[in-house]
Amino acid sequence: MPTHDKPEEHSGLSRRGFLKTVGAGTVAGGLVRESGGAATVAAQGPEVAGPAAIPLKLSINGNTHSLNVEPRVTLLDALRNYLDLTGSKKVCDRGTCGACTVLLDGKPVYSCTLLAVEAQGHKITTIEGLGSPEELSAMQSAFVEHDAQQCGFCTPGFVVACTAFVKDHPNATLEEVRAGLGGNLCRCGTYHGITEAVLQVAKGGA
Amino acid sequence: MKSFEYAAPQNLDDAIALLASGEAAFVLAGGTDLVTSMKQGIVSPARLVSLKAIEELKGVDTSGDTVKIGAMTSLAELASNESVAKLYPSIVTAVNKIGSAQIVNMGTVGGDLCQYPRCWYYRNGFGLFGMENGQPLIPDGENKYHAIFGNDGPAKFVCASSLGPALVALGATVTVRGADNQPRDIPATEFFKTPQSPEDPLTAVAVGEVVTHVAIPAKATKNATYEIREREGLDWPLVTATVVYTDNGGKAQDARVVLGHVAPVPWIATGAAAALEGKAVDESSALEAGAAAVEGATPLSKNGFKVQLAKVAVKRAALAAAQA
Repeated sequence: MPTHDKPEEHSGLSRRGFLKTVGAGTVAGGLVRESGGAATVAAQGPEVAGPAAIPLKLSINGNTHSLNVEPRVTLLDALRNYLDLTGSKKVCDRGTCGACTVLLDGKPVYSCTLLAVEAQGHKITTIEGLGSPEELSAMQSAFVEHDAQQCGFCTPGFVVACTAFVKDHPNATLEEVRAGLGGNLCRCGTYHGITEAVLQVAKGGA
Repeated sequence: MKSFEYAAPQNLDDAIALLASGEAAFVLAGGTDLVTSMKQGIVSPARLVSLKAIEELKGVDTSGDTVKIGAMTSLAELASNESVAKLYPSIVTAVNKIGSAQIVNMGTVGGDLCQYPRCWYYRNGFGLFGMENGQPLIPDGENKYHAIFGNDGPAKFVCASSLGPALVALGATVTVRGADNQPRDIPATEFFKTPQSPEDPLTAVAVGEVVTHVAIPAKATKNATYEIREREGLDWPLVTATVVYTDNGGKAQDARVVLGHVAPVPWIATGAAAALEGKAVDESSALEAGAAAVEGATPLSKNGFKVQLAKVAVKRAALAAAQA
């Protein structure tokens, strides 16, 4: 079981951020911590974790990974920056474009908008878990066959979203495919190839 | 994103206790809005209290004379519930039109009701009222997507909730619980608030309170939602309309018409409802309802087009309800 414990790039509060926080006057006394404070458990109750790094266990593509991250680290950042699973892409980073799509218990979600701590206890599937260059999944093969990419940056998210869509809609029509994939964007505009790929896999009953 | 404390209590009592630290403690539901808002620095909670581990807040209960929907029920689960699909096609449309499987899987019923506005002035740091150097930027600015009703005060944004208009039209009740642990029922008609000052809340949920569930009368009605949008993928609509009525021998009874994305709250169009009341819902009465719905609209400099869209949305929602 690999253990990952990288130093947090933005540890603690900057002086400026600290002054701003105090100046805002809305932060309850006792919640403001000094930079780099080691306390992980607050006085208010045993269930409170952070803001310093906390140990997490994530089940990703069938493997359990242990890592230490602050509660503010998103699943996408945990995958890319702590676990070297860089297939999920960071594009909009605001739950709009779909390039970061992963499956949580088989359902597509935006990993940029899900805190890593909240992904504990769920089965996470990333693009790395769907196939390999040697052994492409049916959806990956269909993408190749139908030229369903240009720059390729949106492709991992699309393949993950399409895989989940076909599983739920094995006999999808073109209209259903278009509506069902509205959560992913391709700025190159390869939608035609993508819908063709999805329709092919849907017909194949994969 | 600023750092914060995180807690995921197993029950509601613990969640309420963890929220008692005041305004710096925020409820985390699906996170689709809050996490993004935190990244953008619009809000910086000192503590997040996640409701994801609280089973009593999840699921749809159809056993009583209301359909009771837990606040942590995902939008996907809501729309795929058989009873919901049968009784409330207006809700199913509102969810499916969100246009993203990812958002619908992550987003929750309670979270949808408590979203922050999508107003781009707000999202870019100019506050709820879009102010710079004490001057409002919205009246003469980029107000294409802003309010055409209820915009006489400083608030020009539109309520972002997808479920809000349908829940108001269906006569739903939202239940919240706070430090006194007593459930408090809020009619959906009184849930959304138009702030008059930047500190005013957007909903009737007080600091320290949690939305626990939504209850909708389990009554057979004709109901439908019609949305008009720029793109079919993930986006917020330009205008929506929900029409609800009881079919009384081919005539509309207890008609209700509620517009979405036209005002800081779901906008109840009483004139449009009156235009349908006691009549067969057909092309002619639907057209009248549309015209009545936009009477008194006060569009801003660049959103006059939304008046026509609102008219059409009401007409089409009424005709869709008649078919439902």
